[in-house]
Amino acid sequence: MLKYFASRLLTFIPTFIGVTLISFAFIRLLPGDPIIVMAGERGMSPERHAELTAQYGFDQPMYVQFWNYLTGVVQGDLGNSFVTKRPVWDEFFALFPATLELSLCAMIFAVALGLPAGVIAAVNRGKFFDRALMSTALIGYSMPIFWWALLLIIVFSGILQWTPVSGRIDLVYYFPNASGFMIYDAIMSGQSGALWSAIRHLILPTIVLGTIPLAVIARQTRSAMLEVLGEDYIRTARAKGMSPSRINAVHALRNALIPVITVIGLSVGTLLAGAILTETIFSWPGIGKWMVDSIFRRDYPVVQGGLLLIAVMVMIVNLTVDVLYGIINPKIRKR
Amino acid sequence: MLLKAKMLGMAAAMALTAGGAHAQALVYCSEGSPEGFDPALYTAGTTFDASSHPIYNQLVEFKVGTTETQPGLAESYEVSEDGMTITFNLRQGVKFHSNDIFTPTRDFNADDVIFTFDRQGNPENPYNEVSGGTWEYFNGMSMPDLIKEIEKVDDYTVAFHLNRPEAPFIANMAMDFASIVSKEYADAMLEAGTPEMLNQAPIGTGPFTFQAYQKDAVVRYVRNDDYWGDPAKVEALIFAITPDASVRYQKVQAGECHVMAYPNPADIEAMKADDGVEVLEQEGLNVGYLAYNTQVAPYDNPTVRKALNMAIDKQAIIDVVFQGSGQIAKNPIPPTMWSYSDATVDDAYDPEAAKAMLEEAGVSDLSMKIWAMPVQRPYNPNARRMAELMQSDFAEIGVDVEIVSYEWGEYLERSKATDRDGAVLLGWTGDNGDPDNFLAVLLGCDAVGGSNRAQWCNEEFDEVVKAAKVTSDQAERTKLYEEAQAIFKDQAPWATIAHSVVYMVTRPEVDGYVVHPLGGHIFNQVGLK
Repeated sequence: MLKYFASRLLTFIPTFIGVTLISFAFIRLLPGDPIIVMAGERGMSPERHAELTAQYGFDQPMYVQFWNYLTGVVQGDLGNSFVTKRPVWDEFFALFPATLELSLCAMIFAVALGLPAGVIAAVNRGKFFDRALMSTALIGYSMPIFWWALLLIIVFSGILQWTPVSGRIDLVYYFPNASGFMIYDAIMSGQSGALWSAIRHLILPTIVLGTIPLAVIARQTRSAMLEVLGEDYIRTARAKGMSPSRINAVHALRNALIPVITVIGLSVGTLLAGAILTETIFSWPGIGKWMVDSIFRRDYPVVQGGLLLIAVMVMIVNLTVDVLYGIINPKIRKR
Repeated sequence: MLLKAKMLGMAAAMALTAGGAHAQALVYCSEGSPEGFDPALYTAGTTFDASSHPIYNQLVEFKVGTTETQPGLAESYEVSEDGMTITFNLRQGVKFHSNDIFTPTRDFNADDVIFTFDRQGNPENPYNEVSGGTWEYFNGMSMPDLIKEIEKVDDYTVAFHLNRPEAPFIANMAMDFASIVSKEYADAMLEAGTPEMLNQAPIGTGPFTFQAYQKDAVVRYVRNDDYWGDPAKVEALIFAITPDASVRYQKVQAGECHVMAYPNPADIEAMKADDGVEVLEQEGLNVGYLAYNTQVAPYDNPTVRKALNMAIDKQAIIDVVFQGSGQIAKNPIPPTMWSYSDATVDDAYDPEAAKAMLEEAGVSDLSMKIWAMPVQRPYNPNARRMAELMQSDFAEIGVDVEIVSYEWGEYLERSKATDRDGAVLLGWTGDNGDPDNFLAVLLGCDAVGGSNRAQWCNEEFDEVVKAAKVTSDQAERTKLYEEAQAIFKDQAPWATIAHSVVYMVTRPEVDGYVVHPLGGHIFNQVGLK
């Protein structure tokens, strides 16, 4: 197991260098001089332009810029944002807890509903429940996030007034020196009602962000289950007179989980993409909106640093998924 | 201190949920995050709303709701005979805020004024490079060329010696970049090895004290009870950062905010019909225009430019592109600016006459390019659509139009070229409320090849504008600027298209909010009924 883990970890290094290069090149491939964009209509004199170009190091050859960037990255320095002038690292970790909290909730929501829904649909293949569920999943998958979010806000926050419109917690609550994980902060503050307020604020964004992964997981679970249920060993188990619930839960589901876990791992990317819109609509202070704003402003350090950090997060998730495979299916780690 | 802050925050928020009668915290749904809290480092209005207006003061300040200045941290000022020296007499007994890392030991004085500007212009100043300072506005307003020396006459008198007389200098001192910071705080932070705190934990003299900022979520302020001027009417001010306009409106309706900025133009009608909110409006301090290249034939002929202007159906542009949230522009400066000439008569929309004028000028089979900006701006929310409308307007008088566009940075650069092919859609938002900031910057001879996109150099116009710049008497300046506007209209280097209309949406319990023509959202004197 340890050897398997180490071999997976080794693949990290070339991927990391590749990602660094791509994130560096990506923003520079976009047309647009960041200094001119910064000045806008106001413009600036050619002397001032040259001065700033030199200050930011854009006058150096590309490979020198990349080398400087890479040596910075290795030392944990991702540079400072052009816009806020603050270290990219600080900004990322100020915002990341919000994204992580929301993504985790969305994932739990998607898995908690998607897995059982997929299993039930597979067991009741072709029946009404199966068809209803799969059509709903298709709708969920194709729903534009923006529209879906506004619809939920108008119904649940506007008309019914069950949930707050946006934000992470009522403005009543203020936690100095907080961790950024609102649920945790609310519990630690000991203020009455804080936890409930934080949870109420999480409901709609969780549903919106979790909808697409939920649909994908439900469909994937269903088809994986169907495949497994047709296998010989299931028939054997049935022939032996094992109870259907035991067959489904222990023999079928465990084997069907492998492709499902792959999908869950891949959904992390989808979650980050969805987070951009979800965060914008729900005024959720996470990294999605931060990245998009930075691309428009040609804020090079933020875009390349942010991309790199996100890529590392995805790599960590993939590594976890690989390790999980090994736990679920011992055959894989022996390969 | 922490406990006090906590309790204040709680009290403020409780008052908010109680709503109405005892409300003491004003919640503003702002459209974005401030970049930081030292206004001199930045250029975005969103940053100024959260920094220079609540936290700081300037030597002179704009009277909210006008582009005129009034005394701020300087009680008065004198301009020398030759206009080269401006002496500010500073207010005494003004206290800086304190926070948990700093408590001031002295009042505001001349050292703070000198430090405020020295750090922006003097590369030797230890704060010159702190927080990656590029001091865009200080440089953009030509302060390095203009200021020869800042002299401390005594503790409460500061003299600015200029390299040339410049009347708009007073208005510049009311701008956000001129917000006065505490030298004592700066020195203390430098010593502690955390100079960036000047930007992150701001200390000013303004009506509100900064309490906390959570990036992309909330900015909190509490009232400064030691404020030298009229104290703020609410105990706490909260900015709830809400980037989506529809969501902001939902929050105002749900009572989660009291005030919101930048509503969707498409929602305005519904908002006006909604009894639960009030909609305030005013023309923005901006202008959207189409600049011909006056150095290239046939656009070097004013008759041709006038004819093209008369072919544009501006009302259709207001309806379609601005969806009503705009006003037809007839002058190059907006109506909220002093010296705006109401006497100007706009070129009437008359395609027939336009056609005749083109014939008279000997122009036929004209084909031209119109440049459409790739970005949205208040003065032009959809340049592509605007260009398409103009294309069909010009087709009616037999002029064939090709629409071109470039990436924004390219667009700004290429449109500066004096041999540019085509007319450019662009605009301007004022910085300091001074007409010079429009007329000289956008139409002066010195700006040809730069921000003068019409490449228009008219000696008569240039002389008048330059004379106004060195005259300190405002009545006289007004006369000169009115004259300049008349010359502009007669020569038509641009088609003036629109000024945007700025809307603010408030709940009925909000009392005393005034829309500020310079674009800032200011809550210093706003109360809750």
